[in-house]
Amino acid sequence: MEFYIITLVKAALIAFVLLTAAAYLVWLERKVLAHIQLRLGPSRVGPHGLLQPLADAVKLLTKEDLIPRDAHKPFYLLAPLLAVSLSLISICVIPFGPEVEIFGYRTYLQLTDLSIGVLVVLAVSSLSVYGVALAGWASNSKYSLLGGLRSSAQMVSYELPLAITVAAPLLLANTLSFRELVDAQAGYYFGIIPRWNIFQFPMPQIFGFIIFLIAAFAETNRVPFDLPEAENELVAGFHTEYSSMKFAAFFTAEYINIMTICCVATLLFLGGWQPLFPAQYGSDFVPVLVNLGAAAVALYHGLNPARPKDRLTLPVVAAVFAGIALLFLVPFLKPILVPLFWFATKTGFLVFVFIWVRGTLPRFRYDQLMKFAWTFLFPVALLNLLATSFLVAVTSK
Amino acid sequence: MDAILFLIFATIAVLCAINLVVQKHPISSALSLIGVMASLAVLYLLLGGEFLAAVQLIVYAGAIMVLFVFVIMLLNAGAERRSNRSLMATLFGVPLLAAFLALVAYVIQRGLPPTEGVYFGGFTQGTPRAIGRVLFTQYLLPFEVTSVLILIAIIGAVVLARKEI
Amino acid sequence: MQSMTSVPLSWYLILSAILFALGVAGFVIRRNLITVFMSIELMLNAVNLSFITFSYQLKQVDGHIFSFFVMVVAAAEAAVGLAIILTVFKNRSSLQIDDISSMKY
Repeated sequence: MEFYIITLVKAALIAFVLLTAAAYLVWLERKVLAHIQLRLGPSRVGPHGLLQPLADAVKLLTKEDLIPRDAHKPFYLLAPLLAVSLSLISICVIPFGPEVEIFGYRTYLQLTDLSIGVLVVLAVSSLSVYGVALAGWASNSKYSLLGGLRSSAQMVSYELPLAITVAAPLLLANTLSFRELVDAQAGYYFGIIPRWNIFQFPMPQIFGFIIFLIAAFAETNRVPFDLPEAENELVAGFHTEYSSMKFAAFFTAEYINIMTICCVATLLFLGGWQPLFPAQYGSDFVPVLVNLGAAAVALYHGLNPARPKDRLTLPVVAAVFAGIALLFLVPFLKPILVPLFWFATKTGFLVFVFIWVRGTLPRFRYDQLMKFAWTFLFPVALLNLLATSFLVAVTSK
Repeated sequence: MDAILFLIFATIAVLCAINLVVQKHPISSALSLIGVMASLAVLYLLLGGEFLAAVQLIVYAGAIMVLFVFVIMLLNAGAERRSNRSLMATLFGVPLLAAFLALVAYVIQRGLPPTEGVYFGGFTQGTPRAIGRVLFTQYLLPFEVTSVLILIAIIGAVVLARKEI
Repeated sequence: MQSMTSVPLSWYLILSAILFALGVAGFVIRRNLITVFMSIELMLNAVNLSFITFSYQLKQVDGHIFSFFVMVVAAAEAAVGLAIILTVFKNRSSLQIDDISSMKY
């Protein structure tokens, strides 16, 4: 009984955090893109547009829900449901931190630890093609169909390099469970260089990591591989005919997928919640310093405001950051928050890279995209796996 | 719990399979087949085949069926035309199918030695580790042969996909 | 013993038989080339289920290996089969089995 209650609480918590994070990821993306393009971005709703996700949700909920007359109705309705539910499934096996003790219960910061966790993520990501393909087909529109076709071909092609690069860290850790994978990356070389898979000796997985990221861009249909959406040639690709909540479902699914794949990259290559340098050099105090630094910056800008209302808002932001910094010093919360901080920092950085790339690179042409996957990415991924497995075979007893 | 899970997913599998047979449009059939495969993956889990369950989803549902759906979408094949089938076929076919199934069920019930039944956790050899060990020792030759088979399939598909034929 | 919640082994086998029979039925009565092909996949799946059930009963991993091989063969078959279907469609612009009968005579 206790098990069910804990699981329910964890599931509710993860779902809440995930959906909020997805909503704010949209805000973050718009803000970062705006600043890359020397604009301000959303700034009307709430301070710095912080309430924009709420406004977006209200807007999408109250919009007219159109169903095209000639659409295949059951599949038209099924597609967004499939997309969003599949994107929520794979987060179940992602661990966010080590075993912790909360109110006397020892539990893992994870919904469930499967011995085939990595395979589950791969399976779910391979199933998520259907949401897009079905949406494209069921809408009965040429733009949607082209988007759906492009996406199914693209996702199937890029899944191969993705799966092959995933195999290399699995070989090094000799497990398929995410938690054991992270445990295998604990420790430091020479007491300072972390044993993460991208720094692994003798086979650093830096190439694997880069290939994984590139394939992840394609899997999540992001720029420079956003051919399925391609706003300026396919109108919006597979979700052209979708409006209101169904469109929001696709949107949410896309952002949740981005977060999930960044979590997976963190776990596989960046050592999960293992800190960047050992605790004896004070890595536990990094979160405090970072948050205090953020508080100081906010306070400075609050004291020298660019706009009159900043004098009020920015000190509040500074106080929030200072409060978070103090939370990391509470001995009871510290063992929970510090691993979470490292995990969130690495994942957040990868998410930022996703947005950064979107602001930087143009879109590929479709034939270039396919050629790139099959003639470059796939062989390089194979070579990486081959070299890794060779070295594993040589070095293991 | 086991019985409930089995009944739920067996029902889904059978309903999806029936849907596959009766639906007119190939894409409906393809989706029902995906439903069958997904529910079979759950049954594999109940039988202790965790690796097979994952592979079922990755290979069958995630690769093979995507190919099917892709081809159906690409050809934009409409609903199929019924050929003029005889009334006799419908009249006799369905009862014959039922009779055949009843016979098979009877044979299975009678012929099977009494066993203790299937419960989750009764078989723990379905892990990737165990399967890998057997696959790369006892079944190494068949494994290598399948790689040749796949190579042949690749070459065949490439040859067929050329424009001239 | 978990006899309270356990499922008789025969249920799995009967389910497998039902799925196989439905696959046969689909193979026989359907007239669309792709659907016929999918019925074959359904039959393969049904056989896989009984392989894994027997593997459970015998407490041996061999059944899993067999169904693994079945999946590999099915993948190869799907690649070639769909390529053939594409070629047929390109030449005859039809997927009806009744239209593709020139090999009959």
